[in-house]
Amino acid sequence: MKPAPFDYVRAGSVAEAVGLLAAHEGAKLLAGGQSLLPALNFRLSAPGLLVDIGRIADLRRIDVTATMLRIGAGCTHAMLLDAPEIAAHAPLIATALAHVAHPAIRSRGTIGGSLANADPAAELPACMLALDATIIAEGQAGARRIAAADFFTGLFETALEPGEILTAVEIPLVPGRRHGFAELARRHGDYALVGLAAAAEGEAVRLGFFAVGHAALRAPAAERALADGAAGIEAACAALAEDLPAHADPEISAPVRLHLARVLLRRVMKECLAP
Amino acid sequence: MTAISLIVNGERVEAEVPARLHLADFLRERLGLTGTHLGCEHGVCGACTVRLDGAIVRGCLVLAVQAEGCVVETIEGVSDSGELADLQEAFWRRNALQCGYCTPGMMLAAADFLAHAPDPTDRAAIRAHLSGNYCRCTGYEAIVDAVEATARARRAA
Amino acid sequence: MNGADRPIGRAMARPDARRLTQGRGLFASDIALPRMVHAAFLRSPYAHAEIGAIDLAPAREMPGVVGVFDAAALEGRCAPWVGVLTHLKGLKSAPQYPLARGRVRFQGEPVAMVVAASRAEAEDAAERILVEYEPLAPVVDPLAALAPGAAAIHPELGDNLAFARTIEAGGGAAAVDAAAERVALEFDFARHTGVTLEPRALVADWNEGEQRLTVHLGTQVPHMFQTVLATLLGLAERQIRVIGPDVGGSFGIKIHVYPDEMAAVAASRILRRPVRFVADRLESFTGDIHARGHRVSARIGVAEDGRIEGFAVDDLTGVGPYSAYPRTSAVEANQVINLVGGPYDFAHYAARARVVFQTKAMMSQYRAVGHPIATAVTEALVDEAARRRGIDPVEMRRRNLIADDAYPCASPAGMKFEALSHHACLDELVRLMDYDALRAEQAGLRARGVWRGIGIASFIEITNPGAAFYGVGGARIAAQDGATARLDAAGDVVLHAGATEQGQGTTTILAQVTAAAMGVDPARVLVKLGDTDATPYGGGTWASRGAGVGGEAAFRAASALRENVLALAASILQAAPEALDIRDGVIVDAAGGAERMSLAELARIAHFRPDTLPQGVEPALVASRHYVPREYPFAFTNGVQAAVVEVDAETGFVRLLKHFVVEDCGTIINPLLVDEQIRGGVVQGLGAALFEECRYDSEGQMLNATMADYLVPMAAEMPDIVIGHVCTPTRESHIGAKGVGEAGTAAAAAAVLNAVNDALAPRGARITALPITPARVLEALGIG
Repeated sequence: MKPAPFDYVRAGSVAEAVGLLAAHEGAKLLAGGQSLLPALNFRLSAPGLLVDIGRIADLRRIDVTATMLRIGAGCTHAMLLDAPEIAAHAPLIATALAHVAHPAIRSRGTIGGSLANADPAAELPACMLALDATIIAEGQAGARRIAAADFFTGLFETALEPGEILTAVEIPLVPGRRHGFAELARRHGDYALVGLAAAAEGEAVRLGFFAVGHAALRAPAAERALADGAAGIEAACAALAEDLPAHADPEISAPVRLHLARVLLRRVMKECLAP
Repeated sequence: MTAISLIVNGERVEAEVPARLHLADFLRERLGLTGTHLGCEHGVCGACTVRLDGAIVRGCLVLAVQAEGCVVETIEGVSDSGELADLQEAFWRRNALQCGYCTPGMMLAAADFLAHAPDPTDRAAIRAHLSGNYCRCTGYEAIVDAVEATARARRAA
Repeated sequence: MNGADRPIGRAMARPDARRLTQGRGLFASDIALPRMVHAAFLRSPYAHAEIGAIDLAPAREMPGVVGVFDAAALEGRCAPWVGVLTHLKGLKSAPQYPLARGRVRFQGEPVAMVVAASRAEAEDAAERILVEYEPLAPVVDPLAALAPGAAAIHPELGDNLAFARTIEAGGGAAAVDAAAERVALEFDFARHTGVTLEPRALVADWNEGEQRLTVHLGTQVPHMFQTVLATLLGLAERQIRVIGPDVGGSFGIKIHVYPDEMAAVAASRILRRPVRFVADRLESFTGDIHARGHRVSARIGVAEDGRIEGFAVDDLTGVGPYSAYPRTSAVEANQVINLVGGPYDFAHYAARARVVFQTKAMMSQYRAVGHPIATAVTEALVDEAARRRGIDPVEMRRRNLIADDAYPCASPAGMKFEALSHHACLDELVRLMDYDALRAEQAGLRARGVWRGIGIASFIEITNPGAAFYGVGGARIAAQDGATARLDAAGDVVLHAGATEQGQGTTTILAQVTAAAMGVDPARVLVKLGDTDATPYGGGTWASRGAGVGGEAAFRAASALRENVLALAASILQAAPEALDIRDGVIVDAAGGAERMSLAELARIAHFRPDTLPQGVEPALVASRHYVPREYPFAFTNGVQAAVVEVDAETGFVRLLKHFVVEDCGTIINPLLVDEQIRGGVVQGLGAALFEECRYDSEGQMLNATMADYLVPMAAEMPDIVIGHVCTPTRESHIGAKGVGEAGTAAAAAAVLNAVNDALAPRGARITALPITPARVLEALGIG
């Protein structure tokens, strides 16, 4: 399985990359390549041009301000696993990344790539939902801020416009934020059968479910029930029937998926709501 | 075709490559370094694991053009440098390899584990770190034994 | 000869494996020859279709292309083949060609081949070939395929029944059903494929000047391929050389004739240059042979006291559209019904096997052929009968396993056992795993809502096959193996043998056996395998015959060499040959051990100073012997396995905590290698238990044909495996070794199935399908 032929150009800056995307229809961005290259090897994708943004230093920064943690889209999973800023301000991301694939993939795969790819079974989109993140995109019209809740729109679909590049995510700093994470995967590192990334700030809980449908999603009815704290867990489980689509796949049926989502919710909330 | 210049196993290499040529094929077909193996070209089996600027990567999921200016180390390089000598000896002694096809990738992943793990004698941690390297012959236990033995010997040294 | 520090029985590391830790293996996919070109295939996207027009012209224009072929272009280059054996009565199949003719009959069947300067360019060109297809109804269910009026995939064969066989013994089904307790279960076993890490690979090199074909082939059976290629290509065997390089895993996948490989070889002859074909992973999933897709209805009849009266089994399996060549697609089902009930003492048996053509990937022998299914069926029935009679599973086996002193005997299915050790193995297992302690722990945890399960599986395993397997059916597949032992000019030993190496350690154990026979250290033995120009004709490796058959041939050849050496030494030393011995590379007095001369010195004289030898003495420092087992069609081994699992009743996930094996494979030549074969085999069986299945849709499309979707066992989910041994050598050979390569796979899934059902029993849940997925566990528990 060798890819179909394509041209290759390395972009030195985001602006240059934006220009190249505009000038070449069917061009694709290459960052970590851990999702793109298998698709090219399988000939599922045959772009005429790859625009390599993997060396743009600006995209690999991690900055902390008074109010938020800003992660450049080009940061690899391995960088984030090791970064003290992540450990201090968004440990949910490090917890989730331990479940993402394997070390040799994590050394190349990027957070921007994962979010832009929007695989419904991926961990990071759900983490962004739980952390109430904002996604920064840059295009010919300039930069845009998109709330995570509005970003993941469908199966491998995001709110990015054609020609836009995801350049960073911003995560609000919340002292005392607790998190919980669980996923069920057939083998360590596999895509999840069902997963949950959760963050709790005071009485507010944000639930980011993944591998439950066509995209990562929040569970608003369940979240409302959890305003009652641990007492609301069973009501939240019941409410999941409302929040989650009835999604069947070759692995598990819709009722089983709902059951497993409830099992995860109980397990994660025990962790997350603990004083 | 794109011109690239990189260091492979300590030697400077210059070549003209099609953009679509992945690093594993570049090493195998252009440089004759056939110790890096292809098992899937999906990035799943780990047989193509090499080191790029010190980090393990899947050779089938990196384009040769992306390795421009980088330092690449393959099994041949880390073997001849002696870096893996104790791990190789442990693998050999414990029969942690049978057909040998997964072995280069497995050993590079194991070396990565030994270099970075907080407790490299932890068998569950060994298994987790190697969980992206497929072996059909050994059933993994001998490999875990060999990595653990190497870790213990290094700790004792 | 035997013992911890003697060559046979020594747990030594493999001298030939060091280079593999350095990345210095040489696999078929590594071989590059001058002017070599690369083959890629256009494959059928349909499971069943008429082929209309094929337009190869657009491919011919593409860069780097040197040849484009369809079936018409290969006409006369390679004869078709038919995968039947006469002793499998009634087995029928249609001729199969390298490239599809007229119709495609499985998704992935090769339709056209492009040969180009690089694999990438060959693929680019293959995409440009235009093929008109008219889809036909796929045949994807064996029962539907057998229904009256069902369309036959090959109309000239009449119907889709490839093979059927029945066995009846004692009072048959009626006697089974008349038993006091009757357990009937329906089993569903998923299809598997081997997923060898190195895909199928070859470099075919037709030398026009020499009119000889050399094929570097990742294979277990170089001589078989030499014969097959001669037959199909219309060449003499001496025009064909097959070289077996390192093989990145085979497990039975690389002993079959594949259409794409035959096409690539034919291309080399047409183009007069080397052609490399390496199946990529996607091609491997639909192109490699599959195995193990069976539906089994089975019953066990048991008396009040738990004694087994008999078994009745009905096995249905769907294969591909052709029977595989040359080993057929019927052997697996044949073995299933030969082996059900195997370890047990019972009188009544009724069995039927039906093998049905389908428009799915081809099917044939894969590690432990049929044993995993027969063992799972048998052991699940025995456990369920035990459960209903209130008998502990170990006790149930104690009451029913064939007594260790009952041999020789035969099973109701006609399997002949020389000497087995079921009870000794079970006793050792119980001790090794501390069975009572595990049961106590299980009970304690159950009270806390933790569901542990313990599953036992006794098994028999076919090894060392004689000609009864294939030869009697007309196949040119050697059951014998040959070896040639030679003393070199320095007094070291060189052994050429027909057995082959895929990483199990054949090279090492042959060195050990040779060293034992010769009286030297194994380090002084060079073993050369896998070249039909240089190694004696042999069967290669399959059905766990390398040690037992190949090893015995090596032992006999080396023993004959030893006699010749001693005869020569006797003439030089003016002693009687019987008064001399070889110990540690030195010729000594047999009584007392005084050193007389070194092998090096003897070799020097024979090679360089034959003028100093007595008149009429001719050194014969090379000896060849061949061996085939004659008395028993197979050398059965036996063993017992146990799985300890924990079932998460909320998620349906099964955790494998530990696995135990007690194995009797006769003489153990190298305990290190034997145990690692067992471990590898067990893990393949654990993959079958929990993860592996080839999923198909109603259109005959394989749905999970990628490495991400077909789940093979990886390190994090696999347990440590504790191994013990009992040793009952076979008396059919000097070395007494039986085979062990498949034993782990034969019973691992059966043990896990029993363990999971043991965990679920208090909840009244039971599973009789593999793989045991979380969804299946939850379904058994009434969830979802």
